[in-house]
This record gives sequence, structure tokens and C-alpha cells, in this order.
Amino acid sequence: MEILRLENISLKLEGRQILKDLALSVEADTIHSILGSNAAGKSSLAYLIMGCSDYIAQSGSVYFMGKDITTLPIYERAKMGLTLAWQEPVRFEGLKVKDYIAVGMKERNNALIEEAIYRVLLEPKDYLNREVDKTLSGGERKRIELASVFAMKPKLAILDEPDSGIDILALDNIVNMIIELKKQGTTVLLITHREEVSEIADKTSLMCAGYIVKEGKPKEVGQYFKEKCIPCPTKTFSPEEKI
Amino acid sequence: MMQDYSQDYKSILEAYAQAGGTPSIFKNQNIAHLIINKNKVIGSRSIDGLILMPEETAYGVDIELKVEKGKKIEYPIYLCFGVLPKEGIQEINIKAKIEDGAKIQLLAHCVFPNAINVVHRMNAEIEVGDNAYYGYDEVHFHGEHGGIEVVPKAKINVGKNSHLVTNFSLLKGRVGILDLDYVVEILENSTLDMTAKIYGYGDDRIKIREAGYLTGKSSRGLIKSRIAVKDYAQSEVISELTASAPYARGHVDCIEIIQGNAQAKAVPIVNVTNEYAKVTHEAAIGSVDKKQIETLMARGLEKEKAIDLVVSGMLK
Repeated sequence: MEILRLENISLKLEGRQILKDLALSVEADTIHSILGSNAAGKSSLAYLIMGCSDYIAQSGSVYFMGKDITTLPIYERAKMGLTLAWQEPVRFEGLKVKDYIAVGMKERNNALIEEAIYRVLLEPKDYLNREVDKTLSGGERKRIELASVFAMKPKLAILDEPDSGIDILALDNIVNMIIELKKQGTTVLLITHREEVSEIADKTSLMCAGYIVKEGKPKEVGQYFKEKCIPCPTKTFSPEEKI
Repeated sequence: MMQDYSQDYKSILEAYAQAGGTPSIFKNQNIAHLIINKNKVIGSRSIDGLILMPEETAYGVDIELKVEKGKKIEYPIYLCFGVLPKEGIQEINIKAKIEDGAKIQLLAHCVFPNAINVVHRMNAEIEVGDNAYYGYDEVHFHGEHGGIEVVPKAKINVGKNSHLVTNFSLLKGRVGILDLDYVVEILENSTLDMTAKIYGYGDDRIKIREAGYLTGKSSRGLIKSRIAVKDYAQSEVISELTASAPYARGHVDCIEIIQGNAQAKAVPIVNVTNEYAKVTHEAAIGSVDKKQIETLMARGLEKEKAIDLVVSGMLK
């Protein structure tokens, strides 16, 4: 069953075409990865799906659970069960980690908050009462961001490069958490530029220069990405070259 | 010890509780306190090692406070200053001496729940000796009318190897007019840590000047302010830090958030007159950060609730 569909999405920012007639379909209860090099438009796609104010499509539509959400504000999309884990999470002075994790929960559940922080390899007693401020490293904030998504139990979680800024030791845990998200009924849209991370997905879409240029099994698309896209042979790409 | 169980006493304790205080603390025989309504001392207790001498005046109370040499006061001293009527003037003059090796923490709640035309002035002269600690938290609780003018002024001298920590917060009720002026000088190896947190709305007017003079070698200073203003409120924050001794280190940190038609101004002044000293500053004024708001909205919070969460966290 389809949970997310994008039709003919075009996005222009500051005069630059970022996404071009993009179409995407994501099946429920899957991990769907979006693979691509830097500047492919992956994060812009994530922000557009979430409804961020600077990323309003000039044309096209976004459907979530069969409903047209193209003009819905962020919080209404979130209330429907859609959320986003940012690539670079912000700081919140004065807001405790446990309270930040609880923000997305329908009903506060301290046991689940602890489980969420534990799953990202952070010790609850050391982190829950700390503030989400500059005393946390970028990697710690990243993990806390993922914990907040886990605790929310959304229907669809967009994870924008959850592997960036994470050390090797923690990466396995992040991957396991993503798999656990799927097990608990959350569809995951996984944004990454690492094909080895993309391999945990059920399906992969390869993005380049604002287009989806290839879709298929993660290994196959990852192999194509390695062979054709590293290094990137061209700064521009036309729809006719889509495979 | 004087205790007055009159209606005034009960009323001021109610206001004290609304401000976040715990009224039962005034029954604790081991804890010193002072309760003043307008120009009447309606409750006071001192303890061993502490000299606490209030004297009523025409418009307020003069207070002499002294902590004897080497005496470390175990529990905070609880102060409650208030004006319960709708109108009135209150002048509190404090002369405090914290002798060498002494330690004291004061927790003051200033309550003006019914103020329509009230002026509260506080003038403090504080001497902190060597190897001493002086902590002062002042929490204000104002009514919703905005008819209050608060003018706290303090001049504090801190000796060597000592620590000064002050926290001023005005988060409940309308600010009215606030004109705060704190000047602190610290000597060798001492530290100063001054924080102000204020939430203004309506047509509140906030003016803060906090100045620290790091005149002793290896002294340390932090001046921090967190201000949120909305509607037509205005704020001006002058944070001044001067380092004139070798290895003195200081930092000024000011964040102001504005909403609606409010106006905010921050003036960090950093002076360094010794080549081995260093002072840094950061100031940020603006609306609530968009990414913070969108992050919280992406968890299901509506925009106004997201803003409230960010502002309340900043002011915590």
C-alpha cells in the first residue's frame, strides 16, 4: 500500500531549479532510501515533503496516506504522522533532552523516552536531564534527534542523513534503530549519500541534479551510483538521460 | 523574632506562593528570613553568625546585613518584599557585608500582585570579603496591570578568591517599567556570574545595565541576559565588562527574542586594558529561530506553542 506519493514536483530556490518534475512513490512499512551525491536535491526534497516554509513547490502535489497535503502546514502533516529528523539538528537552550524527546509523543511515556535514548547509545542517566544546547556535541544532538523520532512512533519518518556526523561505533546502532522503526510500523524515507547505508532499504531511488534517475533494489542502484556517479561526471542532467 | 499573623502577613504569603516561593519556609527555626510589606517589617528571624537588622522608614525599610568572618550560612536567607495595595512606594536600602571566609545565599521574592501605581526602589551596597561567597537570587511577581516601576540598583565590591552569583528574573506578570543597574568590581582570582531573565509584553519597558570590572589578576566574569518581548514592549540591555588585570577573562552573552511590534536593543561593551586579559561577547536579537520552530512543528506542535516552548526554555 502506498503511503507517500509525489507527482510532478518542481522546486525553485533563489532562481535555481532544485527539483524538476520529480515523481516518487513510497510503500508503507518499508525503508525507502534516497541516494545521491551532495547537491542532488535530497535534503530539499525532505524539507518539501515536510512542508518547511522555504520549500514550497512551484508545481506538483504531495499525497500522504491518500490525502493531498501539498498546502498543509508542517504541524498538520506531523499530526497525520509525518515527521523529519534534521541532518543538522538545532539547539534548544533551557529545554531538557527528556522534554525534547517527549514533544512528539501523544502521551508522555517516561519508559519510552528512556528506551529511545538508550537505543541511540546514550546513557539515560547521563543525558535525559541535560539541555539540548551547545554543551552537546553535534553527534550527540544527532542521536537525540533520532531518539525523538523513535519516541514519536510516526507513520512516516524522513531521516535526513542520519549517518552523517556519527562515529563508526554508533552507526550500527543507528542502522538497527532504523530497522526497529520499520518493525514498529514506521515507514522510513532514508536520505543518504552512502550506498552501504542505503543497502538496509527495501527500495532505493537515486537522485541527481533534482531528478530521480534510477530506482530499484538498493544493491543494484548502489552499484550504479558507485560506477556512474563517483566522481560526478556532470553538473547538469537532462530527463532524456534517465534510465 | 517578630511574627505578625495579621491579614497582611497572610496576604503577602499568598502572593509569595504565587511567585513560586514556599511559605512554610518562614516557620523553619533554622532559616533566617525577612518579610516586608511596603514599609512594614511583618516577619523576621536571624540566626547564629548572621546579623540582620531591618529599620522601618517613611517609605520603606533600611536593612543592615552582616555575615561574620568564616561563617558559612547553611540555608538560604529568604526575603519577601512586597507592596500589596494598588498604589504605593517602597524603598529598600541594603548595606551588606560578607566578611572574609563567609558564605551566604539570599533568595528574594518581590511581589506586587495588585500594582496599578507602585514604585519599588532597591539600593544595595554590598562588600564581599576575601575567600567568600555571595549568592543573590531575585524573583519578581507582578500583576497583570503593568502599573509598577521597579528600580533595583546595586554596587558590589568583591575581594580576592571570592565568588559572586546574581540571578534576576521577572517572568510572571507585566514588567511595567524596569530600570536595573548593577555594578560589580572583583579582585584577584574572584569570579562574577550575573544573569537576568525577563519577559515583557503589553507596553512594558525594560532597561538593564550590568557592568563588571575585572580588576584583579585572573578574575573571571560572565554577564548573561535572556530577554523576550512581545506586543509593544521595549528592551534595552547594556552589558559591560572591563578587564584591566592580567589573565582576567570575561564573556558577555545576550539573547533577545522579539515578537509582534516589540523592540529590543543590546549594547555589549567590552573593554580590555591589559594585554594578557581577554573578554568576548555574543549578542543575538531577533524573532524565534525558524528552524527551531519548524523542528517542533515537525513533531506536531502548533506554531504558537512551539514559540512558547522556545521562549520558556530560554528564560528558564
